[in-house]
Amino acid sequence: MTTNNWTPEQPIVSVKDVHKSFGELEVLKGISFDVMKGEVICIIGPSGSGKSTLIRCINALNDINSGSIKVHGLEVNDPDLNKLELRKNVGMVFQQYNLFPHKTAIENIMMAPMLVLKESKEEVLAKAEALVSKVRLDDKKNSYPGELSGGQQQRVAIARSLAMNPDVMLFDEVTAALDPETVKEVLVTIQDLAAEGMTCILVTHEMGFARELADHIYFTDRGVIVEHGPPATFFEKAEDPRTKEFLSQIL
Amino acid sequence: MPEFISIFFLELYKNDPKWNFIFFYDSSQADRVIEGFWMTLELAVICVILSVVIGVVGAWMQNQPNKILRLLVQGYIQFFRNTPPLIQLLFFYFALGQFTPTYSPDGWLEIPIISNVGWAIISLSFFAGAFNVEIFRSGIEAVPESTKEAAESLGFSHFQTYRYIVLPLAFRVSLPALNNNLVNLVKTTTQAMAIAVPELLYQMVSIYNDYSTAMNASMLLLFVVYITLVAILVFGIHSWERSVRIPGYGA
Repeated sequence: MTTNNWTPEQPIVSVKDVHKSFGELEVLKGISFDVMKGEVICIIGPSGSGKSTLIRCINALNDINSGSIKVHGLEVNDPDLNKLELRKNVGMVFQQYNLFPHKTAIENIMMAPMLVLKESKEEVLAKAEALVSKVRLDDKKNSYPGELSGGQQQRVAIARSLAMNPDVMLFDEVTAALDPETVKEVLVTIQDLAAEGMTCILVTHEMGFARELADHIYFTDRGVIVEHGPPATFFEKAEDPRTKEFLSQIL
Repeated sequence: MPEFISIFFLELYKNDPKWNFIFFYDSSQADRVIEGFWMTLELAVICVILSVVIGVVGAWMQNQPNKILRLLVQGYIQFFRNTPPLIQLLFFYFALGQFTPTYSPDGWLEIPIISNVGWAIISLSFFAGAFNVEIFRSGIEAVPESTKEAAESLGFSHFQTYRYIVLPLAFRVSLPALNNNLVNLVKTTTQAMAIAVPELLYQMVSIYNDYSTAMNASMLLLFVVYITLVAILVFGIHSWERSVRIPGYGA
């Protein structure tokens, strides 16, 4: 196996010249970037630019046509890839939360560690209780997803991913379906995570958040990375005309 | 039978010969009714269980990658859903019945290993099962792709995703349609009369063929028994539906 020849000096996620097509439509046209452990990366760009596809590829929810994605030393583009091993390392949070509607909040959090990691129930329960507190939902832990607000559901979804002790968290426009007030409660949760040193890759439209939190920002358009840089230079000194146009509309 | 009931119905018959509830005062007719009732109940219970099993297995087969398997299930559904159950009964008993092996307990008699009751159970179960396959399939298809993806991204295996996420949700979606089909099945058991299965309708028709004055009373009893049987079934499924209802989910 190609597992874990990874050392902390290497990028924890390494994307190299990734191409991805859906039929005729080429969505990713050679994307490359590296993420070091503990970094927070924001990917921004107009709709249809391939942002979501990109992070779905990191989790092997979509396969790629060519190129390489290495997560923690695991090659995602390897046909013999142990997806389970990969997904243990990578947590993913979706725009529409995608909680299991027939399970309570705490059961949602407990399922994967018990079924996938085969941890004991007591152990998982203790961990889940701690996670519920961490996302500030102690009073809602026995509620079903249908009884929770969007922001609360999204925080449960984050806790559910964290219960697998991932090394990298992927956030796919996690606040896009929320109203402005609840956006904040979710962002605060992500902010806490980042402060603890979690490696985060976010696809987001929250520019203020990106500016404040990101170590590095990538702007994608039509399947390529047009411009990137740390927030200070990215927002102040964008050079590419497409990036400038996008930023002028959004800021 | 308590004596006052016998006396009451005997008096009723004497006063009004159109209402001869013969089975309430003639114990040999009462035995025929009871026998018929048990046979109907046996048919109903066994066919309901078998048809649900056929439905689950068929829906599972339809979700397999094997094309031949799927084609087989599709052919089965088309045949049993698009032909009248009465013809199926006659076909099974008279056509297939000729080719089933026989045994001889005394060296003279030749008894087919599948009796008419056996054929009725097989035929009715496959008839209702064809509908159940479609009912369960639509339930499985109603589970959003994104919910399955969430399970996958947490490292669930294909089997675990089905066992813990897809099936519990699909099952809840399927219950109302299943309810309808099982009600139909219970009523369709009366067609087993065509191959001389001594169920309730067969027995009641026999009674009023022997005692023509008992016709009205026999019909009335038939209605009452079937309404009660179906009501019990519907009550059962409804309370089952309520017990698995998810707060805040669906309508």
